Amino acid sequence: MAQAQTHFELFELPVSFDIDLQDLSQRYRDLQSAVHPDKFANASDQERRLSVEKAAAINDAYQTLKSPQHRARYMLELQSVSFDDEKDMALDPAFLMEQIELREALAELSEKDEPLESLNKIMKDIKQRTDKILSEIREQLISGQLDETQKSNVKQLVHKMQFLNKLQQEAEYQEENLLDMI
Amino acid sequence: MALLQISEPGQSTNPHEHRLAAGIDLGTTNSLIASVKSGLAETLADEQGNHTLPSVVRYTEKEIIVGEIAKLAASEDPLNTISSVKRYMGRGLNDINELGGRRPYEFVDTDSAVPRIHTVAGDVSPVEVSAEILKSLKQRAEASLGGSLTGVVITVPAYFDDAQRQATKDAGKLAGLNVLRLLNEPTAAAVAYGLDKSAEGIIAVYDLGGGTFDISILRLNKGVFEVMATAGDTALGGDDFDYAVAKWIMDEAGIHDDTSHHQMRRLMRDACAAKETLTTAEVAKINIELDDGSTWSGSLTLDTFNKLISPLIQKTLLPCRRALRDAGVEVSEVQSVVMVGGSTRVPDVRAKVGAFFDQEPLTDINPDTVVAMGAAIQADILAGNKPDDDLLLLDVIPLSLGLETMGGLVEKVISRNTTIPVARAQDFTTFKDGQTAMSIHALQGERELVSDCRSLGRFALHEIPPMVAGAARIRVTFQVDADGLLSVTAREETTGVESGIEVKPSYGLTDTEIETMLRDSIEHAEDDVAARMLREQQVEAERVLEALEAALADDGDLLSQEERKEIDLVADKLRDLSKGNELRAIKDAMAELDKTATEFVARRMDGNIKKALAGHNVNEF
Repeated sequence: MAQAQTHFELFELPVSFDIDLQDLSQRYRDLQSAVHPDKFANASDQERRLSVEKAAAINDAYQTLKSPQHRARYMLELQSVSFDDEKDMALDPAFLMEQIELREALAELSEKDEPLESLNKIMKDIKQRTDKILSEIREQLISGQLDETQKSNVKQLVHKMQFLNKLQQEAEYQEENLLDMI
Repeated sequence: MALLQISEPGQSTNPHEHRLAAGIDLGTTNSLIASVKSGLAETLADEQGNHTLPSVVRYTEKEIIVGEIAKLAASEDPLNTISSVKRYMGRGLNDINELGGRRPYEFVDTDSAVPRIHTVAGDVSPVEVSAEILKSLKQRAEASLGGSLTGVVITVPAYFDDAQRQATKDAGKLAGLNVLRLLNEPTAAAVAYGLDKSAEGIIAVYDLGGGTFDISILRLNKGVFEVMATAGDTALGGDDFDYAVAKWIMDEAGIHDDTSHHQMRRLMRDACAAKETLTTAEVAKINIELDDGSTWSGSLTLDTFNKLISPLIQKTLLPCRRALRDAGVEVSEVQSVVMVGGSTRVPDVRAKVGAFFDQEPLTDINPDTVVAMGAAIQADILAGNKPDDDLLLLDVIPLSLGLETMGGLVEKVISRNTTIPVARAQDFTTFKDGQTAMSIHALQGERELVSDCRSLGRFALHEIPPMVAGAARIRVTFQVDADGLLSVTAREETTGVESGIEVKPSYGLTDTEIETMLRDSIEHAEDDVAARMLREQQVEAERVLEALEAALADDGDLLSQEERKEIDLVADKLRDLSKGNELRAIKDAMAELDKTATEFVARRMDGNIKKALAGHNVNEF
């Protein structure tokens, strides 16, 4: 029963890529105030268990809706798009080439005179690319129900976004290493 | 005239009566207990008027001594006087050796995952030592408040891993406390500070204690304290400053590394005194009594001291940077920096933290008591004394949680700084035909290799229905509760069969070990084990009945007459039984009530959710 509820339904929001984050976080706080385990410290074991489950479900839904990337992926999943096969998915060669270049730039950081500055540049670059893909995803999802071609397009975009996220993580890891050495 | 009914102090069953609750700051060097009295949180003093209790336990052949008197005996009886035991909580022998420095106790390797310290009173685990500190605080609170405690909140460093948290909770249990919640120390400090100053916006809590360091970034909004990120080091604190100074004295005085336990303890004591002098003075005079009876005198300047501890302070700034990034917050967005923990009295710590956050850190709150006060405020609410309070604490898991996969790699299931409670499911399948068991290795940490992460334990699943290899779909759910503690459940999805799970903690006590310790400690206190267990069960039953009554009063309309009758019947049965002395029967009746009320509880929770959003615009689908 509760399992069938979507994240949008849980937050009583319409299914839409455009979300007012301020409103979302207010809804989140109100929901947590109603179910959080701290409100059930004296309740029966069963009620406490249920409260942990509900609070976890609300946290999960909030994290998904809050992040544009997770939201996009989730909206596709609601339209029965599966991401199991994404590993076989062909991405356009130009995108892959850029990825390789960025990766190489990250790997060569330590040889640079000002590694932190170079790293900042790369991170900015990643951010710009991510923002661009996000706006493309938004344009696609805004139309509601997608046809097969659109689905495949958005899936490609989400997939690209994941590449960029990995890169972002790698960059952050490098930053930590560089700062560690100072 | 009817006789007046008077209940036992602190055990009143009247829901409107004030329940005694306390917050405990179980620190590396000092511990405190605080409670909310007439609306204000205050730390409780012992009979001599002391508020802080040194976290030192001395074992003698006759008795166990806790606190100041034990601390005074530290250099005279170093092997039986345990201090800084918090550093060993949830740790294995190999970790303790890696902590660095010389450990002045005799650790005993045992069959158990938890090491024991050898004393004249027998071998004791760090959990038992901590329990002694908690018992002493409990006695103090009950004497001061005039009744027994309904429940307590115990604080832990935010960066404590699962094993360290579990060990703390076990210590509470062993001390006979009802642990309502484990609360992260910086969050507790934020609560006390935030409520006191009615602060709103983003704050950073820099908490450098005796043995641990935490940094938390929080967003405060109308009574909601949302932890955005936390980072830290559970083996870094004022103790390390002392050790650095002690090392310096040893070099200057020509004392070798293999000096006696007595000498080492004296050195640490004098190093600590010198550090404290340097919070206000430019130079500290040191006179050391050497083992051969001679004395060494020297002076430590503030400048030299700053150089000695500089790398240690630097080590705290990296986590600060990481926490800001994980929170997605720029330094300029941080409205205030709250300094917590005795070690933030060191002037250079304040200066460097101020420089990092580009603002003067706040030092007008007492860094020693603020954590206990915050814990007391939460304990008061959790005990049910303020049903309408809108305080809400949303905390995070400090370290990522993962599973061992092929090739000694870790696959992350829950990433660090995810808000708790959290649950994630992962599907597994069988490798062989007819396979009925499998083992899952859970780890905590950020690195990719199993060997670089911290092993939490192995979960052995059994009772998997036998099927062809690869046909079973076993959904394993990892849940981290509001205390930051992990639990695992598993279910074969095609048949719906729940798997049995056996937990082998890597660095924790098993349930049997705790049971034995609990029995020993009760017997030691010359209490009747059976009587105490019965009493605890009765209190538990009372609590459940009281909660049910309140729930029925609020939401009774969710039930049909029929359903209500059924619940009332089982509740009455439990009420009758809980007055008797059959432990088993009370337990069974509680389980029956739990089952009967399942549907009611679920409807109530859904009703809560609906009501929570009632104030918002209802968007049409």
